[in-house]
Amino acid sequence: MSARMRHFTPINYTKNSALKLITLVFLIILYLPIINLIVFSFNDSKRNIVWRGFTSKYYEKLFENEMLFVAFSNSITIAIISTIISTFLGLTTAIALWKFNFYLKKYYDIALLFPIIIPEICMGISMLVFFSYISWPNFQLWPLSLSSIIIAHVSFIFPFVAIIIRARLSMLNSEILEAGQDLGANRYQVVRKIIVPFVNPALVASFLLAFTLSLDDFVVTFFTSGPNSVTLPVKIYSMVRFGVSPEINAISTLLILIIIICTYFAIKFLSKSNRELMK
Amino acid sequence: MIKKKTSIELKKLNKRFGNITAVNDVSLEILENDFFTILGPSGCGKSTILRLIAGLEAQDSGTIIINDEDCSSVLANERPVNMVFQSYALFPHLSVRDNIEFGLKLKKISGDEIKIRVEEILELVKMVGYDLKLPSELSGGQRQRVALARAIVNKPQIVLLDEPLSALDANLRMEMQQELVNIQRNLKMTFMLVTHDQDEALSISSKIAIMENGKIIETNTATNMYEYPSKKFSAEFLGRINIIEGVSSVIDNQIVFNSDTFGKINLERNIKLPKDGVLGIRPEKIIIETEINKQKNRVSMNGIITNWTYYGDMSYITIELVNETKVYINVQNIHRNSLQELNIGKNLYASFDVNDLIILEK
Repeated sequence: MSARMRHFTPINYTKNSALKLITLVFLIILYLPIINLIVFSFNDSKRNIVWRGFTSKYYEKLFENEMLFVAFSNSITIAIISTIISTFLGLTTAIALWKFNFYLKKYYDIALLFPIIIPEICMGISMLVFFSYISWPNFQLWPLSLSSIIIAHVSFIFPFVAIIIRARLSMLNSEILEAGQDLGANRYQVVRKIIVPFVNPALVASFLLAFTLSLDDFVVTFFTSGPNSVTLPVKIYSMVRFGVSPEINAISTLLILIIIICTYFAIKFLSKSNRELMK
Repeated sequence: MIKKKTSIELKKLNKRFGNITAVNDVSLEILENDFFTILGPSGCGKSTILRLIAGLEAQDSGTIIINDEDCSSVLANERPVNMVFQSYALFPHLSVRDNIEFGLKLKKISGDEIKIRVEEILELVKMVGYDLKLPSELSGGQRQRVALARAIVNKPQIVLLDEPLSALDANLRMEMQQELVNIQRNLKMTFMLVTHDQDEALSISSKIAIMENGKIIETNTATNMYEYPSKKFSAEFLGRINIIEGVSSVIDNQIVFNSDTFGKINLERNIKLPKDGVLGIRPEKIIIETEINKQKNRVSMNGIITNWTYYGDMSYITIELVNETKVYINVQNIHRNSLQELNIGKNLYASFDVNDLIILEK
């Protein structure tokens, strides 16, 4: 048995040609479209079909396009504000669910997953209906005009944060908190000097993750944005309706780059947090 | 002799968890510089007493007086005690130095003094050079030292130790026991330890309290607790003992204990035997002989070896008397060529001095 099993251990899967092929096909399907998108953002042609030589003019064009710049700065602003709020809410939610017992706690636990498992389209529509039902004012002033999108983003992002932080908290032995108290820390100091530093790697990771979730969200944003609050994904969508130009490739490439960087650091912080706890 | 100051006094302490009474009417007095140990089987409530003193648990009723101050309702972070936890509970995200400094920084002690005290304590627990390591990079024994350092660096009124050595292997445990005693003596601090390990309790404590089912059964110095226990439970919990049942009567102003196993035993001492009292004799107080011992004060018996367990330095043997009573005897293996005398089935005599008998209350 062991001789046959050896082929399938993760370490030497490359020795099995069938597995190698499957992996290759998988990687091609997954990454070729993205590579194609990036390559053609440098194509010196109006259309994305034939390679006509290298150019960076579409990137230069991006910076001259004021509409795109507004959409981009909207996206970044929304991402920063909703990430800060989500991280705070997620942290406090995680601590509450971890440390305290309260009425209907079990159901609250499940309810926390709702924004994650509900189809985004339903989330978007429900937000749209909700904002019109309570007649949320249509602010003209700049950051306030983004308020409805920020509220919608926070509502589906903070559960992610809460889940990541809670996973880290579950590794914190309750005797450690008692040791803190015993050494003279009051409740507030226990949170500030033990719990927060302990969850810090998870906090940073979820901060970055929340940032990417907010930055690239389209569906929920689409339903909650107005004419004064167009975000980058929504703007790209409206541009695509007139055909896919290399300019769209270029802006998408930039978006991918930002998200890859954020995700890279998120994973780095998470793995650091796990290493620290390994005995 | 000057009477030592009381460090901690517990008065009629009670704590229940649901239907279980963890601490039942416990009153204790711990003097300054004592190494006080609560010894008891697991689940007897001994750790709960520590947690009550530390303020990590609130008592249902009773008073906790620490250094002449009523601390019964003082919050855990304001009590002048520090605890060494069973799991060590080191802060995993902080270095050894940050762990040790934690309490001092909260007490707003100046940076210079913190530095001096941390250096001193690192030296004391033999962890110099490890100050920048994370707890995950340390061995079990090293974590133990850091946990101890983190508690004693605050110079608490009393250091509470919750089975601190139970996770260490036997050799390391012996070494740490000795170090604990040395540190306690050097610093002249009051230590209070709970354990279920009798050897540990005997070797490190100045005083031992034996606990069963939430109650303190008796309190005594370590040697007296072993040599002169007054309760059957504590005598049996602290090492092995042969229990002799019987009835006592007074004949000619002398107490005579009439047992089924050994016949009449003349108790030389003029001691009042409690009702339902039994006698006990420790296995190492019995010696084996080749013929009957007729000396004054000696009780001699004849039996056959039925069991022999060899421990290298000691042999634990069981002999069975004619009336089928089993007697446990510990023998020092003084000569290696006399070991064959302990063969199973061998007939021999054993005797003990009546002055070594322990009078026990059931």
